[in-house]
Amino acid sequence: MSKLKIEDLTLIFGKEKEEALTLLKQGKTKAEILKETGCTVAVKNASFNIEKGEFFVIMGLSGSGKSSLLRCLNRLIEPTSGSVILNDVNITSLGDKELQNVRKKEMAMVFQNFGLLPHRTVLENVAFGLELQDIPKEQREAKAQEVIEMVSLKGYENQNTSELSGGMQQRVGLARALANDPEILLMDEAFSALDPLIRTQMQDELIDLQEKMHKTIVFITHDLDEAIRLGDRIAIMKDGEVIQIGTPEDILTNPADEYVSSFVEKVDRKSIITAASLLFEKPTVAIFKKDGVEGSLRKMRSSGLTSLPAVSVDKHFLGFVYLKDILELKAKGHQTIEMAIVKDVPVAYPETTVEQMLPFIAENGRAVPIIDRETNKLLGIVAQTSLLIETTGTSWENVTGNSIDNLQNEVI
Amino acid sequence: MIHIGPYIEEFINWLTSNFGALFNIIKIIVISVVDSVEWVLMFPPFYIIILLVAFLAWKRTGLGVTIFTILGLTLIWAMGYWGQTMATLALILSAAFIALLMGVPMGIWAAKNPLAGKIMRPVLDLMQTMPAFVYLIPAVLFFGLGKVPGAFATIIFAMPPAVRLTTLGISQVPKEIVEATRSFGATPRQLLFKVELPLALPTILAGVNQTIMMALSMVVISAMIAAGGLGEVVLKGITQLKIGLGFEGGIAVVILAIILDRITQSFGNTKKRNIA
Repeated sequence: MSKLKIEDLTLIFGKEKEEALTLLKQGKTKAEILKETGCTVAVKNASFNIEKGEFFVIMGLSGSGKSSLLRCLNRLIEPTSGSVILNDVNITSLGDKELQNVRKKEMAMVFQNFGLLPHRTVLENVAFGLELQDIPKEQREAKAQEVIEMVSLKGYENQNTSELSGGMQQRVGLARALANDPEILLMDEAFSALDPLIRTQMQDELIDLQEKMHKTIVFITHDLDEAIRLGDRIAIMKDGEVIQIGTPEDILTNPADEYVSSFVEKVDRKSIITAASLLFEKPTVAIFKKDGVEGSLRKMRSSGLTSLPAVSVDKHFLGFVYLKDILELKAKGHQTIEMAIVKDVPVAYPETTVEQMLPFIAENGRAVPIIDRETNKLLGIVAQTSLLIETTGTSWENVTGNSIDNLQNEVI
Repeated sequence: MIHIGPYIEEFINWLTSNFGALFNIIKIIVISVVDSVEWVLMFPPFYIIILLVAFLAWKRTGLGVTIFTILGLTLIWAMGYWGQTMATLALILSAAFIALLMGVPMGIWAAKNPLAGKIMRPVLDLMQTMPAFVYLIPAVLFFGLGKVPGAFATIIFAMPPAVRLTTLGISQVPKEIVEATRSFGATPRQLLFKVELPLALPTILAGVNQTIMMALSMVVISAMIAAGGLGEVVLKGITQLKIGLGFEGGIAVVILAIILDRITQSFGNTKKRNIA
């Protein structure tokens, strides 16, 4: 069951919302609606589900409506139409009291510029959410202390928040949100105001925390690298619309449109792209016992390759055979290729990343065999060219102008 | 020619004849506040008051202000204006207290409700810029002569800064802090008392300072309707062309003004330092 369901959510800013909504339903564009009613469509028909324990990132440039969308989830901004459903409760139809309860118990938010109270100490800030719930002082400070230790703020309890660095202030912001023990964490560009080094550090710490806590996190960012590092799934927004939702690898390998691909180009893909998405599934192979010396030679000749992966009849990966070894066997009059199979070759698995496969390039002119971890069957190969292209970030077309199949055959 | 005057006159007369009971209640409240404050100030011997004010000055500000307070107040006593000074101080403190009691909630209201703010603005402009003498006439009609109309005119004149600076202070609270507070499920009341008012406090205290200073500037004027105090001394100096008397009263007002200003300002400043 989904933790959080966003259904057909639309947010319009301006005076004539109703009229703008009608126009939107008629299929008018944002620009037309702005011209006719003076209203801005900030979020347009957003629908998606967020699963329990998922790290969900909403990524978009400024003005894409991502922060407004986030604020609709806890109704800091009232959505114009559509609904937000948390554990089967429709948040959008709650009264003030119930909404305050949802905010107290179930959703907590972390802000870009921290939103801390400057007249209070770190401890009082962290305990603030609990104070609003009228939890007795001792109890809430004990809880706050616990969370302060979780986010490595121990020793800073009695400092004034304004004396802390940005990274430390955001730890306070995070601790304040965690102290409420919410099911859902809403994080609005939480790390965007931090220095790059601190940002990376905070990202790592958040990943570690998430491994322990398994919260449902909705994280807003304008930085695709950050989205990819953190997100289990990413939603990409443009002009108020969600244009693609998928895992980081989905988005990198199958960008929905040109807008997404223009983003994706700049990303460091090495650590995200896995063998599975570069896999060439039907490579030419020498099937041991079925293909003898002659058969293997014929396959090499027709494919123009000097080496082939060798597999058993039931597709178990055995190793590689090389042209020169086979020719040698032929000269000696052997029939089977058994003696030519080089068994000691590194293999990779579908989830191996490009980064991890890079050392293989150094080995020799051979593709990387990808095998199933359990059955040891050969699933396919990753050509060296594919690895090089992923590493340098150049597209297929630019390199060869050829189809992917030809390319695979050239380099095996 | 258009005559607005007669209509206003008519309106004031209507108020006086129909709301006499209400004005009486206000009169009783104001007079009891002013008299109690005056009694508190006059009851202990003068040196106790001097020491108390000097102690406050020393706690809140520096040595300089403390020395000035002791010397200044002693000079007032030595000139023989202790009673008048305390009467003036009582009037100012009561008027400022009542002005703040009404002004701060109005300021909060104006900050929360843009329409209320829009309506209040011209009214505040009017209250602040209308020559203060003009209030005296209806004040006398409503309350007769004495301290009450003096306090009334002072309250009206001194309230605008309290309202304005409260509104300013609350609307200056960073939007993200307000959002954060709401996102944790704060009720509007919690938002106001736990976040907005504490953060607006330095600005509100600047308003308190201004309110007190404005009230002080009304002292001489309200002496014209027999409000008493130092204003009476100055007024006597003017009407009888006694230059010396006028200056003596004037100097006492200046000393009082400086002490009040420095002390009230110090409250705003220390808080501000924590926030920056």
